[in-house]
Amino acid sequence: MFATLKKNIFLSLACLLCFSLAALPAYANDLDLFKGQQGVIKISGGTAHIPVMKEAAKQVMSAYPDIRITIAGGGSGVGIKQVGEKMVQIGNAGRKATDQEIEQYGLVLFKWAIDGVGAVVNPENPVHALTSTQLQDIYAGKITNWKELGGIDRAINLYTRDEASGTREVFWKKALNKGDIIASANVVVSNGAMKTAVANDPYALGYVSVGHIDASVQPVSLDGVVPSNETVKDGSYPVARGLYSITSGEPQGAVKAFIDFLFSPSGQQIAAAKGFIPVR
Amino acid sequence: MPILSRTLERLFFLAAIGSALLTAAIFLLLCQLGKPLFQHGGLGTLLCSPWNPGHGQYGIYPMIVGSLSIAFLSVLISFPFSLGCAFFITHFGPLALRRKLLNLVRFMTSIPTVVYGFVALFLLVPFMREYLTGGSGLNILTASLMLAVLIAPTMIIFFVDSLQRVPLSYRQAVDALGGSPAQQLLYVVLPMAWPGILNGLLLGLGRAMGDTLISLMLAGNAVAVPTAMTQAARTLTAHIALVMAADFASMEFQSIFACGIFLYLFTALLIVALRLVGRLSPRGL
Repeated sequence: MFATLKKNIFLSLACLLCFSLAALPAYANDLDLFKGQQGVIKISGGTAHIPVMKEAAKQVMSAYPDIRITIAGGGSGVGIKQVGEKMVQIGNAGRKATDQEIEQYGLVLFKWAIDGVGAVVNPENPVHALTSTQLQDIYAGKITNWKELGGIDRAINLYTRDEASGTREVFWKKALNKGDIIASANVVVSNGAMKTAVANDPYALGYVSVGHIDASVQPVSLDGVVPSNETVKDGSYPVARGLYSITSGEPQGAVKAFIDFLFSPSGQQIAAAKGFIPVR
Repeated sequence: MPILSRTLERLFFLAAIGSALLTAAIFLLLCQLGKPLFQHGGLGTLLCSPWNPGHGQYGIYPMIVGSLSIAFLSVLISFPFSLGCAFFITHFGPLALRRKLLNLVRFMTSIPTVVYGFVALFLLVPFMREYLTGGSGLNILTASLMLAVLIAPTMIIFFVDSLQRVPLSYRQAVDALGGSPAQQLLYVVLPMAWPGILNGLLLGLGRAMGDTLISLMLAGNAVAVPTAMTQAARTLTAHIALVMAADFASMEFQSIFACGIFLYLFTALLIVALRLVGRLSPRGL
């Protein structure tokens, strides 16, 4: 137990270090978008987006200190709701807003990257491959022991996300084929919490955004295809979705500059560096 | 001066009326916002049916069971320990230690819940998973144990207060009659202090019922109705936190108002119980 703990602490430290070292050189002229702009940009919503938002905000704020950017999580549902209610200027979502939401709030959607969602297990787990049918049966509660999949004789600890999660929606639609998720599955609140849960539980099966997959969790291949940047990009791994930043009405001023920055070579490079597939 | 004092009096009166009205208004707002749900199938069905949004069921029965079992189990675990601790602080402990212990307990009330949750996630959960409960280690028992730690300081402080309020002359009388410290505690101090102890108990229960983060992090949040302590469960508060993010207009979102109403009524009942206890015991302190 303590060995795992120590390993986890080490891993988290390693992650922190990577994040701090991975400051990317921005193309200077992309940041010119913000020339003459000032004010506060509040961002909230999808937890998959956060690494990209943080890096982009850091670059913008170091070049233009007059612009303050705050970033909060909450999940796709929160992002759409808060930008609709004008509590934030940019709401992030890992799913398309529903037609009703778009109409009701006058939302404008910007899809700046594509993200896969992959099943993950603990690195100690010998099971690294599942078929779609197996995955659906596990989540439906028909397969309950790792032994049935060639693993050890322990019950499968299932993890899923809350109803408002964009990650959950795409996994449920495209990996589970809209099949049932058994009611006894554990529910966690974010991609980060899912990773922590699976990294700490040797008998866990969960799913995270491909951008979040690192050494602390083992991706599970689905029908022989491992979820990774490459397989999502070339389309061979089918469980993928767009990452959206949403504004209420056409963006103006600093908010417009920030959206444009996400689509600029610098912004797209950040997305790629954080494990997503850029759209340009 | 009289004008000033009259103005102040009015201000305080307005403040009192205002906070009373606000409490009532919150309840009315909850009922108003939860209205679509009641029309959907009535409050009864809502409180008794399962949660399965995929099949149009938005009942909060599993969460009620989860909340009640986690709250009561944590009080059950915490009560004997807290009472023992309070006895130690007021009667049995070495004098030098009593003060320090009480200060420690006071300090414990200020530790943020998330710290407990986080520590438990890395220490208690793996232990439960490997040695005690099996499964994922996220279950009712794990959450209750941590919640018991969380509510213990509140209970201990209440217990110590009411034990200390027993007049010294009564206790000296027992000493004079040759009673042992244990006899003094059992026959004089406890009967005098029990309303205060019950108050502390109910307050602890209320706190356990209202806590969100511990159960959200440690209870597993599964929506199945739990049938054993070793199974995952979702509490009403965790449910609110989880569903809060759902689409504003969705039925999922509406269901959190039903949770709110249930929690509100439960807390109100607890407070009524508190008042009754206070009134029914003229003898106590």
